Amino acid sequence: MKRLLSFVIKEFHHIFRDRRTMLILLGMPIVQIILFGFAVTNEVNNASIAIWDQSKDEATTQIIQRISSSKYFDIEQSLHSKEGIEGAFKKGKVKMVIVFPQRFRESLLHEHNAEVQLIADASDLNTASTLTNYASSIIMRYQADILDADIPYQVKTNIKMLYNPNLESAYNFVPGVMGLILMLISAMMTSVSIVREKEMGTMEVLLVSPVKAYMVIISKVIPYLVLSLVNIISIILLSVYALGVPVTGNLVLLIGESILFIITSLSLGITISTVTKSQQAAMLISMMGLMLPTILLSGFIFPIENMPVVLQVISNIVPAKWYIDIVRMVMIKGLGFGAVMKDTIILTGITMLFIIISLLRFKTRLE
Amino acid sequence: MNAVSVEHITKTYLQKEQKKEKKVTALDDVSFTVDKGELFGIIGPDGAGKTSLFRILTTVLLADSGKASVEGLDVVKDYRKIRDRVGYMPGKFSLYQDLTVEENLNFFATIFNTTVKKNYELIKDIYVQLEPFKKRRAGALSGGMKQKLALCCALIHKPSILFLDEPTTGVDPVSRRDFWDMIKKLKEQDIAILVSTAYMDEANMCEKIALIQKGNILTVSSPEKITSEFDQPLLAVRSDDMYQLLYDLRANKAVKEAYPFGAYYHVIPEDANKTKELEAYLQQKGQKDLEVKPIKANIEDSFIALMKKND
Ligand SMILES: Nc1ncnc2c1ncn2[C@@H]1O[C@H](COP(=O)(O)OP(=O)(O)OP(=O)(O)O)[C@@H](O)[C@H]1O
Ligand SMILES: [Mg+2]
Repeated sequence: MKRLLSFVIKEFHHIFRDRRTMLILLGMPIVQIILFGFAVTNEVNNASIAIWDQSKDEATTQIIQRISSSKYFDIEQSLHSKEGIEGAFKKGKVKMVIVFPQRFRESLLHEHNAEVQLIADASDLNTASTLTNYASSIIMRYQADILDADIPYQVKTNIKMLYNPNLESAYNFVPGVMGLILMLISAMMTSVSIVREKEMGTMEVLLVSPVKAYMVIISKVIPYLVLSLVNIISIILLSVYALGVPVTGNLVLLIGESILFIITSLSLGITISTVTKSQQAAMLISMMGLMLPTILLSGFIFPIENMPVVLQVISNIVPAKWYIDIVRMVMIKGLGFGAVMKDTIILTGITMLFIIISLLRFKTRLE
Repeated sequence: MNAVSVEHITKTYLQKEQKKEKKVTALDDVSFTVDKGELFGIIGPDGAGKTSLFRILTTVLLADSGKASVEGLDVVKDYRKIRDRVGYMPGKFSLYQDLTVEENLNFFATIFNTTVKKNYELIKDIYVQLEPFKKRRAGALSGGMKQKLALCCALIHKPSILFLDEPTTGVDPVSRRDFWDMIKKLKEQDIAILVSTAYMDEANMCEKIALIQKGNILTVSSPEKITSEFDQPLLAVRSDDMYQLLYDLRANKAVKEAYPFGAYYHVIPEDANKTKELEAYLQQKGQKDLEVKPIKANIEDSFIALMKKND
């Protein structure tokens, strides 16, 4: 135990004293923010919206009043039919339409359940998600204000994104960045740090000592596991507070799945370290063999459905594909473990495979 | 039981040269033994196979054929046990350059399940010299200091046998002498020490030496014995034009061998009794301030003669 601890401390020393490693670790959040910055349109003010109020009762009037008095929205027009919605968007000025159904107040009072539909132009997805978030929160606040302790009123907001049903961009972006960064830190940095020991000759000294191979591996893995977790949490915070992409599902499940993927990446990193002799080679293989597939074949940037069949098949062995899928389902769609079980099992399988390969390949001698 | 026993060890490498694979023999049927507590030197020029031999004995490299054991333990079968008890200092500086002197030492103490305190006696003499730099990163130490630190780290678990692969290469002459003093002190602790070097003058520091060249062991003996076996006449020659002198010496048929040695050339003449003739020949060639004197061979002369014979 004491041995492992001093090993881990040594690894942290390496990390904190190497300028390049620190640059990647510290630069990562900054790069994230810049990347997110592209995806995020800054605060939206005075956006033109239209309202189709089919109830015109006390509740809808109050909500509309609150919306119009906020600085975010300018109510441009009132609509009177379904067809009007399309027309309002087509003219290009209106960014969002709020639809109140008939008998809104009655539904709310008697069925404790009323639905507001928010339709946004998702071709500019960032603006769209910002606006729907603002509107939702105004409605939620209204609901909270009228909430009677005993009666569970529920106003549901039904968000519909027009023109971009797949919700590319921000919503897609967060899971992709999570996959990419975990892969980068866990796989590339671990492989490089193990290969560095070979290059510097320290591995030779470690070999001629009572230390066992698994000890070397575990001590390499722990610091990067910790750092990856810190990064995951920072991405989630950034995504919730800077990007307005909330964690809809279970946070614990999301973090648990992330730890699984971190372990997958670490095992990949160790495997890479067993087949390379120089830090450069390890970095190159990590880049070409892991980063590129993660960017290109995981569905991060290019939807998998649109790929040629060959690439679709290949994409199945890209671990990030499964992880990104899981994050999308848990974080964005708010689904539970049942929905991601298949992905989780596949990811676990891939992880086991690489752990076994790396343990088998980890040599007790030079060469 | 011997500290080390090597029987018919052969090791070859495949080297890629311009896309062609070439077989290089690093060790060719090597055999020798090292006694308990002995200070044993492996002396040989670059590429002689010293590092390969050390790696095989420290179990990190497998030989193609032959058998070797360390303290009676087989280097292939019992490699785990050997790793627990030997101290190894590789030829290349192999400590963590980004850790401080203290951190390196503590780290290696812990991985060997011991503490610096427990075995401080053993490294005390060396460590006092390092103490002023204990907060300095190992990478920022001078060559000599680096080697002292590496020696400390290899000693920290009180090994019963120590392998030092070219510990003095690239170290300044003063530090080299320092280093050898330390090695000799360690010998008093009953630790068998195998040390390799390419500096022939260091052979005298060892109790026993094996001379190795191109993977072949030429001789295994004590330095005194090797020197005493030198059976040819030997002259030291000097003049004011050393460059021309070597040329003239080699042009003379009565000279078997002439090679630089310090401020002199060492010359092996065909006939010990014809020194006067040689002197006259050189004077006639116009050499001024000429000095020609018969000398006793030292260990390096013996090595040079042995290596010439092997070539
Ligand atoms: N890993 C390797 N792959 C291929 N050839 C090797 C390898 N290691 C050593 N050799 C070759 O084997 C021969 C012996 O090398 P070795 O390193 O054992 O000698 P050495 O006496 O330690 O030399 P040096 O003084 O240069 O350290 C050399 O010709 C070297 O080029
Ligand atoms: Mg060597």
